[in-house]
Amino acid sequence: MAVLVIADHDNASLKDNTHKTVTAALAISGDVDVLVAGQGVAAVAAEAAKIAGVRKVLVAESADLGKQVAEAVTDTVVALSSGYDAVLIPATSAGKNYAPRIAAKLDVAPISEIIEVVDASTFVRPIYAGNALETVQSSDAKKIITVRATAFKAAGEGGSAAVETVGAAGAMAHTRFVSDEIVKSDRPELSAAKIVVSGGRALGSAEEFQRVIEPLADKLGAAVGASRAAVDAGYAPNDYQVGQTGKVVAPQLYVAIGISGAIQHLAGMKDSKVIVAINKDADAPIFQVADFGLVADYKVAVPELMDELAKVGL
Amino acid sequence: MKVLVPVKRVVDYNVKVRVKSDQTGVDLANVKMSMNPFCEIAVEEAVRLKEKGVATEVVVVSIGPVQAQETIRTALAMGADRGILIQTDEDLEPLAVAKLLAAVIGEEAPGIVVMGKQAIDGDNNAVGQMLAALLDWPQATFASKIEITGDKAEVTREVDGGLQTLSVDLPAVVTADLRLNEPRYASLPNIMKAKKKPIDVKAPGDYGVDTAPRLKVLKVVEPPKRQGGAKVESAAELVSKLKNEAGVL
Ligand SMILES: Cc1cc2nc3c(=O)[nH]c(=O)nc-3n(C[C@H](O)[C@H](O)[C@H](O)COP(=O)(O)OP(=O)(O)OC[C@H]3O[C@@H](n4cnc5c(N)ncnc54)[C@H](O)[C@@H]3O)c2cc1C
Ligand SMILES: Cc1cc2nc3c(=O)[nH]c(=O)nc-3n(C[C@H](O)[C@H](O)[C@H](O)COP(=O)(O)OP(=O)(O)OC[C@H]3O[C@@H](n4cnc5c(N)ncnc54)[C@H](O)[C@@H]3O)c2cc1C
Repeated sequence: MAVLVIADHDNASLKDNTHKTVTAALAISGDVDVLVAGQGVAAVAAEAAKIAGVRKVLVAESADLGKQVAEAVTDTVVALSSGYDAVLIPATSAGKNYAPRIAAKLDVAPISEIIEVVDASTFVRPIYAGNALETVQSSDAKKIITVRATAFKAAGEGGSAAVETVGAAGAMAHTRFVSDEIVKSDRPELSAAKIVVSGGRALGSAEEFQRVIEPLADKLGAAVGASRAAVDAGYAPNDYQVGQTGKVVAPQLYVAIGISGAIQHLAGMKDSKVIVAINKDADAPIFQVADFGLVADYKVAVPELMDELAKVGL
Repeated sequence: MKVLVPVKRVVDYNVKVRVKSDQTGVDLANVKMSMNPFCEIAVEEAVRLKEKGVATEVVVVSIGPVQAQETIRTALAMGADRGILIQTDEDLEPLAVAKLLAAVIGEEAPGIVVMGKQAIDGDNNAVGQMLAALLDWPQATFASKIEITGDKAEVTREVDGGLQTLSVDLPAVVTADLRLNEPRYASLPNIMKAKKKPIDVKAPGDYGVDTAPRLKVLKVVEPPKRQGGAKVESAAELVSKLKNEAGVL
């Protein structure tokens, strides 16, 4: 029994989601290989080889793989699949894009966003925006699974797996990459950050969002998140969205400012260790999940919070 | 060009579902059901394509119980032309749904399939990608913009880190993200008109595909409850508690 983990990376560096997915894979089998599919990924492969418990790192490179084009990743993985009983994929937007395609090509029922491995064919996954947890058992010989990385601890370093080149799918005939618009930021990545500061509709404008949320995030060394309402209104870019249909985060500290706490938002942050909510409505549902709720206008509370943080040396 | 839009009837997104005490699933008795929000966005996009003269016909397909006819009627009231209901009381898995849709597409031969990226009940986010795989069509998921010129679609996708634009040859499967559009409310005259639009009722058996489940749900439980609800009086108290009690600063 062997498991293939598909690495999460941006061609330049390996993402922590990979280490967490390896942990899930090791709960299924001791034979875990990692596939790095991309372009110019030698450094990523070298990082993957250092993950403790990894048997082998496979490298597939092409222009389409460099852009994570679903058809290209699918063809590459399907060609490798005979050697594996399960393929585990971090549930990033790229992973969610190609995992079901791989599954359908192999006539397998995919299992989405697992948060626990019960045994080699039984898994726990959230449904209904996390309001219920389903334990499912797969009867497929091969399993195609996406993994909610926040639910697993990162595998350690210290491995020295061999790196091997494998065949990449040829150029895609019917899909062409046109362009990327990737937001560059010096902040920690949202799904991996220890602290997340999120703003909601209350902020009222993109300028206000930047004026209030960003300095607080800078002070705390935090990533910035947002509610859907804030993203829809253009206060924050789309990939800041936390929730059922955005990113799922589980930081040490989540600070929600001017966010009401709709179930779809809670679905993305309620597994945070500590939740702080600042909202002027004492009845806002966000307070039901907050460890520390401050009923206040953010216009007063956030400057005060900045001052108090400065007093403790932040 | 014909546009095909699969739509799912799901628990309304405002309903907070409760897990059944026997752990077999969630309690859907007397719960408000609606069209999946992402499907609504897909229907809206298809109707706009027709209004722009890019599409000639919008066909909606739903797989579900007899009540899924209401979901189809909702789509017809928004401007779709006709519906197909594949009636079943079974809760089919994404693979089975994709196979049935692929069979319908074999008969209907649409130029594009526009559908929701995810249903808010199962949260699988799988059917569109699987359908594209079964048909061997290109896929463009999580779309926030679709532009069709000739036999190509340029699709802007919401991805981690920002946006990606792909150009796909048609026919293709495109799945809708939340920001693709804002679905319209159906007007009363359109709701009346929708009652006269045709809905073809079929059974899964009509398509001769294997819909046997591959997954067995062993149990459904409530997630662990969070002990929230505590309040602080001031920013000073908040910082002190975060530092000394919670130890997260
Ligand atoms: C299918 C579907 C998927 C969805 N997915 C997501 C998702 O992934 N993520 C997500 O976030 N949402 C999602 N939503 C939307 C969700 O239902 C809510 O509409 C959204 O989260 C609301 O955002 P908000 O809390 O910022 O806005 P509101 O609900 O409008 O809340 C604003 C809050 O700010 C407070 N406030 C106002 N002024 C001040 C002030 N001066 N100081 C302090 N507080 C103030 C108000 O009291 C209020 O509680 C989804 C919805 C659907 C239907
Ligand atoms: C899929 C979907 C996603 C939404 N996401 C958000 C969101 O993220 N943030 C947000 O603030 N608001 C969102 N809304 C709008 C929200 O549901 C309410 O329409 C809005 O907040 C106004 O609230 P209300 O209290 O006036 O009406 P409500 O009391 O919410 O609605 C009254 C009734 O109007 C009907 N209705 C409401 N919206 C629609 C619709 N789009 N199409 C047909 N009938 C409708 C329903 O029958 C509803 O029961 C969404 C609506 C829908 C349908």
